[in-house]
Amino acid sequence: MIDLHGYGPRLLEGALITIELAILSLILAVVLGLLTASAKMSRNWLLHRLGTLYTTIIRGVPDLVLMMLLFFGGQIGINMFTDMLYAHYDIDIFINVNEFVAGVITIGLIFGAYMGETFRGAFLAVDSGQIEAGRAYGMSHWMVFRRVRFPLMMRHALPGLSNNWMVLLKTTALVSVIGLSDMVRVASEASKATREPFTFMIIVAAIYLLIASFSEWGFARLQKRYNVGFGESH
Amino acid sequence: MEALIANITELLSDNTIFNMQTLGYYGQGLATTVQLVFLALVIGLVLAVPLAIGRGSKRKWIKLPIFFYTYVFRGTPLLVQLYLIYYGVVFVEGIQDTWLWLILEKPFYPALIAFTLNTAAYTTEIFHGAIKATPRGEIEAARAYGMSWGLMMRRIVLPSAFRRALPSYGNEVIFMLHASAIASVVTIMDLTGAARFVYARYYAPFEAFLFVAAIYLCLTFAILFLFRFLEKRLLAHLKPASQ
Repeated sequence: MIDLHGYGPRLLEGALITIELAILSLILAVVLGLLTASAKMSRNWLLHRLGTLYTTIIRGVPDLVLMMLLFFGGQIGINMFTDMLYAHYDIDIFINVNEFVAGVITIGLIFGAYMGETFRGAFLAVDSGQIEAGRAYGMSHWMVFRRVRFPLMMRHALPGLSNNWMVLLKTTALVSVIGLSDMVRVASEASKATREPFTFMIIVAAIYLLIASFSEWGFARLQKRYNVGFGESH
Repeated sequence: MEALIANITELLSDNTIFNMQTLGYYGQGLATTVQLVFLALVIGLVLAVPLAIGRGSKRKWIKLPIFFYTYVFRGTPLLVQLYLIYYGVVFVEGIQDTWLWLILEKPFYPALIAFTLNTAAYTTEIFHGAIKATPRGEIEAARAYGMSWGLMMRRIVLPSAFRRALPSYGNEVIFMLHASAIASVVTIMDLTGAARFVYARYYAPFEAFLFVAAIYLCLTFAILFLFRFLEKRLLAHLKPASQ
């Protein structure tokens, strides 16, 4: 049996943090992605520009730099804001930026940009006849979105979505740098303490591969579901 | 040159954070980042071509190990790979007494090894996909001309596969540039390392990180334009006829 020098439980906790972080940031990223895709497809000039600016800047800067900017800068920014509240309105509050929340917001914000691009392409691939048919049935805008556009869009978006999820999962490793005790941080502390880097890093790598393989299976099932009615060729 | 420096110094005279010294750190950081990324990409590219050909081989004992390598390196975070190589090398018994230590002592080389192996794995998959997409007719034509396998690879398959792979490879180059930011985690003074230093010294996260973000953005656009130019030149035959 592999000797974990008592780091086993902490490693497991770290793995749970990694999974929680990944799932919560995925949800945030999907919501932001749908909003960005809508903004970029909107006829409103300002919304279109804002969407483009967001996706261009986020995708042009390394994840780690954005994470540090938001984590270290976020605390100072919030402090400046609360100081201002105190000075002008006599409201005394203190908000501490939690590493986990900072991690979720940063990763969600980064992948919102990638998801936005994926969703935009997928929405554009939906046959406009389908949308017209929905409107002809007297469906409201929201109902057309929920019953026609979204399910049809997902069929095109799933490959990109699955790809983004795999990258997102690996990006969660970066939160160890800003001090969150995810499994990479636990493993790196354990490596330094026990001088056995291979044991811990290979376990962590195996857990990542396990999660990736499991999600690949899940996405294959989803793909099958959203391909219903489109024949076996897809 | 001296006039230029004098001008910059004057321009920065009432700026506490961006003085000549910190700009020097950023400059060195830029040089380190570009060196690291460029070397990793070039070595990775050289490794990826034979690996991609082997990845598509019919022989299982060639195909499977390469598949396993790309699966592991594409499925785990680069940070874990970096730690594995960085700590793995440092903690090997007795390595500090050998000549290897002269190279491995600096974190630059473990980082270079990790980046190279990582980019080689991604590039292998990109090239493999491009080789697989070679039209059957081209291969049959090459066979009909009596070309040997090597000649066919060199003259027919690889040149067109490289062109097809160009857009994806451009993405990989940008990905590598962004991924190189984690070199700062193992104390390398790359661009991000310089930003972290300036942040720690002046406690000015916005100035330190926004400035470095702008540099990365410029580098990203430079790579983007370079690849767009290359695509225009090399993929001209695929353009619609009307244009």
